[in-house]
Amino acid sequence: MSAHNSQDLLRRDPRAEWIARNRLHPLHGSVVSADMGEVRGPTGLLRKNPHKVGFIGPNGIKRIDRLKGNAAGAGKGRRSSAAQDIQLPLHQVENPDFYVVVVPDMVGGRLTAHDKDVIGQAHKLITGAEGNGAVLAVCFGQSKEEHFDTAGVDRLLLLEDECYEGYRPEQRLAALVQVESAYKPQFWLFPDSVNGGSDLGSRLAARIGERPAVQAWLVDSDSTVCRGAGGTTDITRSTPRLLMLAEECADPIDETRHEALPVELDSVPAVIAQLQDRGQVAVDPNAISLAEAEFILSAGNGIHNWDQFHSAAAVLGATEGASRVAVDDGFMPRFRQVGATGTWVTARVYLAVGISGAIQHMQGIGQCDKVIAINTDAGCDMVKRAALSVIGDSEAILGELIKLAEDFRAQQSAGGDRDAA
Amino acid sequence: MQPNQFNVDAANKLKIVSLVSVGKHPQSGRMRRADQDSRAVELGLKLTGDNHSGESLVVLHAGDPGEPNLRSYAGMGLKSVRVLQLDPAADAILPLGQHLQQCGADIVLTGVRAESGESSGMVPYQLAEKLGWPIVPRVADIVSVKGGVAEVLQALPRGQRRSVMVKLPFIASVDSAAPEARQSAFGPASRALMDIEVVSASVDDVRQAWEEAAARKRPKRLKVVKAKTAAERFKAATAKSQGDGGKVMKNESAAEQAQAIFDLLKEEGVLR
Repeated sequence: MSAHNSQDLLRRDPRAEWIARNRLHPLHGSVVSADMGEVRGPTGLLRKNPHKVGFIGPNGIKRIDRLKGNAAGAGKGRRSSAAQDIQLPLHQVENPDFYVVVVPDMVGGRLTAHDKDVIGQAHKLITGAEGNGAVLAVCFGQSKEEHFDTAGVDRLLLLEDECYEGYRPEQRLAALVQVESAYKPQFWLFPDSVNGGSDLGSRLAARIGERPAVQAWLVDSDSTVCRGAGGTTDITRSTPRLLMLAEECADPIDETRHEALPVELDSVPAVIAQLQDRGQVAVDPNAISLAEAEFILSAGNGIHNWDQFHSAAAVLGATEGASRVAVDDGFMPRFRQVGATGTWVTARVYLAVGISGAIQHMQGIGQCDKVIAINTDAGCDMVKRAALSVIGDSEAILGELIKLAEDFRAQQSAGGDRDAA
Repeated sequence: MQPNQFNVDAANKLKIVSLVSVGKHPQSGRMRRADQDSRAVELGLKLTGDNHSGESLVVLHAGDPGEPNLRSYAGMGLKSVRVLQLDPAADAILPLGQHLQQCGADIVLTGVRAESGESSGMVPYQLAEKLGWPIVPRVADIVSVKGGVAEVLQALPRGQRRSVMVKLPFIASVDSAAPEARQSAFGPASRALMDIEVVSASVDDVRQAWEEAAARKRPKRLKVVKAKTAAERFKAATAKSQGDGGKVMKNESAAEQAQAIFDLLKEEGVLR
């Protein structure tokens, strides 16, 4: 019994404990490092030695690293961590079993946020189905998009011929019918937007005899929920082959990179167009509401010659906007104010003259694509936000810009290609 | 309403059909004349000229002729509303197509999307496919009809307009950007004639399997920060949304700077 007990009994070594307590003892290191593994107390509780955490820094001060190995580039200075380009993992589809075709709007030659949502939905449909499918994007017109790969496009069909430029729904429809016969896609996805996606989708649905789901917002491979009755009811139905998807129907692709392999289409027959596009008609830019204007010329405190500003807006064909200061000083009416207290604008191009960019103003232009700043201060927030910043006197630059625009207009009217308003 | 400034060479020969449906108010849910359909009727009235109302403009509905809100279209100054009587569950495309073919319409006007039912906006497209006519979607105005060719103004996003030439006959869906419909007068509405024609149509079987419910509120998309460390999360929460540092022109002359701005504006296609 005594032999049995001697195994269970915890024998303490008071001398070793005493050495372990005394960090100045010459044998302290050997006693402490003897038990490097996890140390359990008498009750079985995990004990950590606070004295062993960290290391002694170069100036003799103890340093504790709490980043747990996440301090990427800590030694390279402050800037390096910001400008890191992360290579996303490549998603490859070789010999796809089926295709999901997406026809993005490509407003201004680039994928819109709505287009990216639709591509995200296409990938959701592929994961829901059996076999490995590929997303085929069919893009009409000149494309300026550079990030098809990170948007989630596996195969890319660019139709950049002259015959697809402008409003050519019939020719585009003929190309889509060709895609239908060549690829036999499992799903056709269109953004349900006023930028042409809804029009093209409806045309294709009527041509190939599919009954589409429009304003679909909750889609999987079996069932679809779409809005009906002008957005007041939800219709739950089985997923059709052709879908026109509402905005924010799915999350865009952001964790993978895709191949975006270019593919070709056999010659599309030329269609005798019944609709003849005569181009856009000149609309009074100031009659368009600020919230939906496409091109805004906005004035701030840096404007001194207001007549020049108004004439610049007129000759550029821009809608006028203003910062809060310009409105408070009485140079512009209140309904022209851009920003958190004024109008939240959605312009594609926002030309800010003499606006340094208060945070309320920056919130108001949060949805703008391209911001151009004319300012005297190179360090202001607007310059940081802008795609192109010009540092200098606004009056001189606007004057030069008016000259250029007037020359352009003169050429246009001389060329005679200006559309009849 | 402005005096008739419309440029017509053969207005009284032009036959216009406006397809109307019963609308639903988006907030109150009350049945009403549909907004876009009434704009289509208004555009039809403008095209035929107010003097000819009821003669060359046909307001056509497929469905239940007993629906009281149909009369509010007639209250816009029409003598009659033509109704193809069919079962509410039936597919209206076939009888509508036949009727349009028979009556020899030149321009067919519809709304973009109905305010009740499936509201897919497919009716004009399917009719166009069936009849082989061109379709012009989202029309804001029809400027002129000359020599069998119409000049149509299409409503684009951001308040823009596009001019499209199209040969008669064609189908156009009328956008909310079209001129607002005139008020409906109750007296003429109740006196108007309902010109009923009973037609047979097949039942829309596909739709029977669908479930309809009041619209659920869609979840708002949250800004998800996929950060792995506390430092990244902190940066995502505090950093200002900034572009990736654009081009800055500091020492160039004003002319060069203006040229750079001008080139960017042209590249973006906002200078027209």
